[in-house]
Amino acid sequence: MAETVKLLFSATRETVYMVAVSVLIASIFGIPLGVLLYSTDRGRILENSPLNKALGTIVNIFRSIPFVILLIMLIPFTRWLVGKSIGTTAAIVPLSVAAIPFMGRLTETALREVDRGVIEAAQAMGASPFQVITKVLIPEALPSIAAGITITAINLVGYSAMAGVIGGGGLGDLAVRYGYQRFMLDIMLYTVAILVVMVQLIQVLGDLVVKYLSKHR
Amino acid sequence: MIRIRNLTKVYTSASGTVKALDGINLDIEKGDIFGIIGLSGAGKSTLLRCINLLEKPTSGSIEIDGVEMTGLSPKELKEMRKKIGMIFQHFNLLSSRTVWGNVAFPLEIAGFDRKTINEKVENLLNLVGLSDKARSFPSQLSGGQKQRVGIARALACDPKVLLCDEATSALDPETTLSILKLLKDINEKLGITMVVVTHEMNVIKQICNKVAVIEKSRVVEQGTTFEIFSRPKTQTARNFLKSMFICEIPEELKAKIKALNGNLAEGRVVKIGFFGEITAKPILSEVVKKFGVNANILYGNIDNIQGTPFGTLVVQFEGKNGTADRALSYLQDIGLDVEVVEIG
Repeated sequence: MAETVKLLFSATRETVYMVAVSVLIASIFGIPLGVLLYSTDRGRILENSPLNKALGTIVNIFRSIPFVILLIMLIPFTRWLVGKSIGTTAAIVPLSVAAIPFMGRLTETALREVDRGVIEAAQAMGASPFQVITKVLIPEALPSIAAGITITAINLVGYSAMAGVIGGGGLGDLAVRYGYQRFMLDIMLYTVAILVVMVQLIQVLGDLVVKYLSKHR
Repeated sequence: MIRIRNLTKVYTSASGTVKALDGINLDIEKGDIFGIIGLSGAGKSTLLRCINLLEKPTSGSIEIDGVEMTGLSPKELKEMRKKIGMIFQHFNLLSSRTVWGNVAFPLEIAGFDRKTINEKVENLLNLVGLSDKARSFPSQLSGGQKQRVGIARALACDPKVLLCDEATSALDPETTLSILKLLKDINEKLGITMVVVTHEMNVIKQICNKVAVIEKSRVVEQGTTFEIFSRPKTQTARNFLKSMFICEIPEELKAKIKALNGNLAEGRVVKIGFFGEITAKPILSEVVKKFGVNANILYGNIDNIQGTPFGTLVVQFEGKNGTADRALSYLQDIGLDVEVVEIG
């Protein structure tokens, strides 16, 4: 029993580590990507059709590659970036690469919901495109962006289950190796239970943040 | 102050081109509250938005204080826009900021320091009467309060011009009046030139000293508010007036007049337009005494435009041996608009 608890504990820790760091990286790169996708679009503040099309295509390509395949395709890149291609830290690279375009699209959608009139009002006051982005677009879309981060985090919990393919460990890997391959049904059920709780926690926490940010709106 | 010459705006889309503005010429003097009235789709909002280049004109010139707007670099345009305030039909406040934050917003953009911002915001909130709402968010305010925030925000950088895009169209009549009063006060106190786009003649009547009537992308009539109200030249202007005055005789009354006309041997039903000082004189009783006619007022309406009385009366005159006709020509001679109402 103690052995099982130990296994579950370290697997949970690995999953939390992978997901947390990937969410952070996905947000750092994905939100600016979303801002670019939005603002270079037709009729927006930094309209630039070639750049918009190029970014959109790259995002779509990355989003259409199944994660299991992306994991393997990115092995050389991972090795170049973090010096190793297997292990929990190595798994963060493909997880982030998969999540950045996803977060980018979610941010783009969130920004599109900002009232054009408010942007126009800022422009009429002489705001530069940069000021419109930092003082109008992002603050106004913040609750939706927070909701987007929540969705990304939950998606990453799902993706992280595949990290076992490159020795990333985590709960999904535990379920496959012990629960499935060694017929240890109890471990399978425990991991699923932990994953369910984890996703619930992320959702509840995310909803709280969104609620706080949209207070008075 | 604002000089618009041959302004044209053409929208090009896949389905063809649409001329939104067609050779507009306007002169707006310093201190004017200049009304632009038209039906939806006439191009009035486009015209207003061309003034601060939110819409880029296709051709023509817009000069503000001698500066040609269409030739400015993006940087110069940003500077110029800081001197042109704008308020909107749907207020366009930042939902993520408090009232205080919204008014501070243009000042932050213009790069004022904290201390100046604090002082200015406090004064502006005082000016619009919202000092007690500084910490509220826009969602907690009524429409009128939101527009007051909009006005305070538009005035933050001490603009020379204030553009009002249907600023009262989303408000109820009472709130509209209070907002118009505030705008008029600001115009008098601060001497800011205002350009007011609206589809409500009432707004023009309340605050504007000059008006341009826009129809199908062109200015069809312009002049002082009083001129347009008292002697509208175009049908469009008349239609707008109809919306607030009884220039047209209502149907029920028409039926009544028809009956009267049938019975009158020597009588007339006339519509009399009064403008200006003449409204203060006891004209009807004068006519009654002078010509020995009977006057029966069937319908009437007197209003005040920019301090000048303005009214319409529908009167039935009865008199023997042509006295009614002589009474009518006398009324015409003293400068009234007299029109015999012929029905049926």
